[in-house]
Amino acid sequence: MEKKVSDISIVIAGAAGQGVQTVEELLVGILKMSGYNIYATKEYESRVRGGSNSTEIRVSSNRVSTFVNRIDILIPLNSAAFSHVESRLSEHSMIITDPSLLEGIQNLKEEQIISFPFSKIAKDVGSKIYANVVAVGAIAGIFKTDPKIAKNVLTNRFSSKGSKIIDNNYTAFLKGYELGKQVVENGKYAINLSTNNNIADEILLNGNQAVGLGAIAGGCNFISAYPMSPSTGALQFIAANSEEFGIIIDQAEDEIAAINKNIAAWYTGARALASTSGGGFALMTEGVSLAGIMENPIVIHIAQRPGPATGLPTRTAQEDLNLALYAGHGEFARIIFAPGTIEQAFYLTQKAFNLADKYQIPVFILTDQNFVDGYYNIPKFDLSKIKVEKAFIKTEKDYLRYKFTKDGLSPRGIPGYGDGLVRADSDEHTEAGQITEDMEYIRPEMVKKRYYKRLKLLEDVADKPEIVGAADFSTLVVCWGSNYTVVKEAIEEFGSKEIAMLHFHQLFPLHPNTKEILNKAKKVIIIENNASGQFANVLKLYCDLSIPEKHKYLNYTGKLFAVEDVLDILQKEAN
Amino acid sequence: MDFNDFNENDYDMPCEKAWCPGCGHFTAQKILRQALAELKIPNEKLVFVSGIGQAAKLPQYTKGHMFNGLHGRSLPAAMAIKACNPELTVIVNSGDGCSYGEGGNHFLAQIARNADITQIVHNNMIYGLTKGQASPTSLKGMKTPVQVSGVTNEPFNPLAVAIAMGATFVARIFAGNMAQAKEVIKQAIQHKGYALVDTLVQCVSMNKLNTFKWYKENTYELDDSHDVHDKKAAFAKSLETGKYPTGIFYKVEGNPTFSESSVAYKNDKSPLYSRNLDMNKLEKLIISKRKR
Repeated sequence: MEKKVSDISIVIAGAAGQGVQTVEELLVGILKMSGYNIYATKEYESRVRGGSNSTEIRVSSNRVSTFVNRIDILIPLNSAAFSHVESRLSEHSMIITDPSLLEGIQNLKEEQIISFPFSKIAKDVGSKIYANVVAVGAIAGIFKTDPKIAKNVLTNRFSSKGSKIIDNNYTAFLKGYELGKQVVENGKYAINLSTNNNIADEILLNGNQAVGLGAIAGGCNFISAYPMSPSTGALQFIAANSEEFGIIIDQAEDEIAAINKNIAAWYTGARALASTSGGGFALMTEGVSLAGIMENPIVIHIAQRPGPATGLPTRTAQEDLNLALYAGHGEFARIIFAPGTIEQAFYLTQKAFNLADKYQIPVFILTDQNFVDGYYNIPKFDLSKIKVEKAFIKTEKDYLRYKFTKDGLSPRGIPGYGDGLVRADSDEHTEAGQITEDMEYIRPEMVKKRYYKRLKLLEDVADKPEIVGAADFSTLVVCWGSNYTVVKEAIEEFGSKEIAMLHFHQLFPLHPNTKEILNKAKKVIIIENNASGQFANVLKLYCDLSIPEKHKYLNYTGKLFAVEDVLDILQKEAN
Repeated sequence: MDFNDFNENDYDMPCEKAWCPGCGHFTAQKILRQALAELKIPNEKLVFVSGIGQAAKLPQYTKGHMFNGLHGRSLPAAMAIKACNPELTVIVNSGDGCSYGEGGNHFLAQIARNADITQIVHNNMIYGLTKGQASPTSLKGMKTPVQVSGVTNEPFNPLAVAIAMGATFVARIFAGNMAQAKEVIKQAIQHKGYALVDTLVQCVSMNKLNTFKWYKENTYELDDSHDVHDKKAAFAKSLETGKYPTGIFYKVEGNPTFSESSVAYKNDKSPLYSRNLDMNKLEKLIISKRKR
């Protein structure tokens, strides 16, 4: 194949339990430590064994952070894999496979197939279970990576299983490696990507881990959560580091308990994260309202998936913006973030803890399955940019929790720190926290404090949307959250001097200049993973901008946007 | 204030109380205030947690920190408050509807954690604030505006459930028996671990069946022959109906509390609010992500 490429998309497909993830981990480890840029993501069914799952690994000379439909190399682990990814295969796709899997498979050309008896080689090494590692070796051979790197990766991966298993894996790897090298030497297939030694030093984090790490960096020391796909990874990341950082972990009986515990933890001066998906968050909404009237900080991570109800548990969507925006009965202010990159997930989550503390409000982090499961190499975070800014005060004897102040923020005390009493109430209350039904003065003042005045303060510190692409744009492609990377890559590849992306990582409240930016464009189109154009409706409400239906590109399939999908949209809009 | 000069009135908030004249909650609050004064717990070390209902107004009228949260959710909040600052004394006061109905799942789950909190359930066998519907503990046959032909549900048995779930302190008191009630509350607060005090109180406005007189006639004090460390005997006592035993049914000392079991307190006993993020550890964690 002579096609000049800067990145290769490798797809591993098979049933749950067949080792798709192990192949992914080994290949990512070997290729990243060899100096290639990496992006990886998985798509999987809601089951533990069987079915059809796949992982995509993009290996690139340049940074990569998003999904392509195109498959350059397919590693099938079963025959069903071919039909599972059929629509993504082309005559340019290479298939690296055990010959036994090709029976009954048509439409493939001879020169597309690199067939090795992986299973037989594995059996010769000692067991069929090494077949996947032989395949990993073949890929590593094609990329001509240094086998020493693979040895390290295999040793780390199988360290708990003893030296015999490590040795067998390495033997299996080397057999595959030789076969891969021969493919290149025979001229059947070659890859010429450039490497960069600095990449080995970069870090790999998926979206869940970035949220978890951001939370820890934000001083999170309490998490009560009920496991729910696709958010569970964030909980598990924090749990894995709980001893080191002194974090209380509570697996709650349900999400109602979880949100109430997290709110009470903040009340006591801890910093808590509520992490869930849409269905779990639906249960939490009464707690959001509690935080609203108590003027109690809370940070809430919602990893979205398609609904309604159980929906598609392991697929992706941006369907819960409305839910986050309107959650909780009554009226009170809030912030909603939706990170577009792994870096943003880290820094925004970290910042969310400071903002929640300072403004005594719920702060949301909206991610989705596509975002939390995808990962790529990034430079290490700059810790000089972050600080845990605790906003509570030491109370005095005459302390009033809800004292009226000019800006509407009452200094927040916590029980046991100072001489005052901290009296928080879910009923409408006086400055002292005592129940009141005074509707002449106290009630309206409390509403102003919790809603109007607070919202004004939040607008003053709102983040601007980011423009990427043509500075002198006439068309703006609006997107939010996880679609940052796919739209960015498509816009850069499309290279039009007319088109720019406007990405929102803060969805509410909007930066005051948003309307002005949008008005500069002759045409605004929007890309969202939902059916109703939830963010388009936010723009209509708060920026008086009506995006015509034909310019709304709404994907509610449960699948993520691929770069090709966005290129098609840009092509259509450019014509 | 002189350290030895603790008075029950120090725990009273000078405000109007929205309870009906003759309500059992007045007595229950007085008993609690007396117990706190005798235990000499300063107001600023006390956190009163409640859900919603008539009983749940107790923190409003009692002097200490207050977290008057949502209906049914007092236990999750109390558990978290104690977990984040073990130096605080955390006391939950809510009614039978809030604690055993709306909060039933939390009741089971928090008992299992053995958080070091005291849960006082004001059990009047009726929904008071919503005006007279059945509660989980209402007796069969009681007619209400909703259960028009009488309650058909089996009454919830909080003591049996608590013992079965492994609660480390389980008691029932009748607020009308102030001397015993105060001693039990004191022991419950001093108990290290979760303590349930099911507190029988009369609802003068809504429950015409289980009146002060009814409770007086249908309760009896457990005497010294009952071994509070005998779980099977406690369970048998908890199943008694007709005449209801009062006193401590069961207790076990020395079980680790939620905080004691938490890794967050393994190397550091200080409350969470006083701690700072270790940036060196954070840096190390980030560097460890070079490999996946």
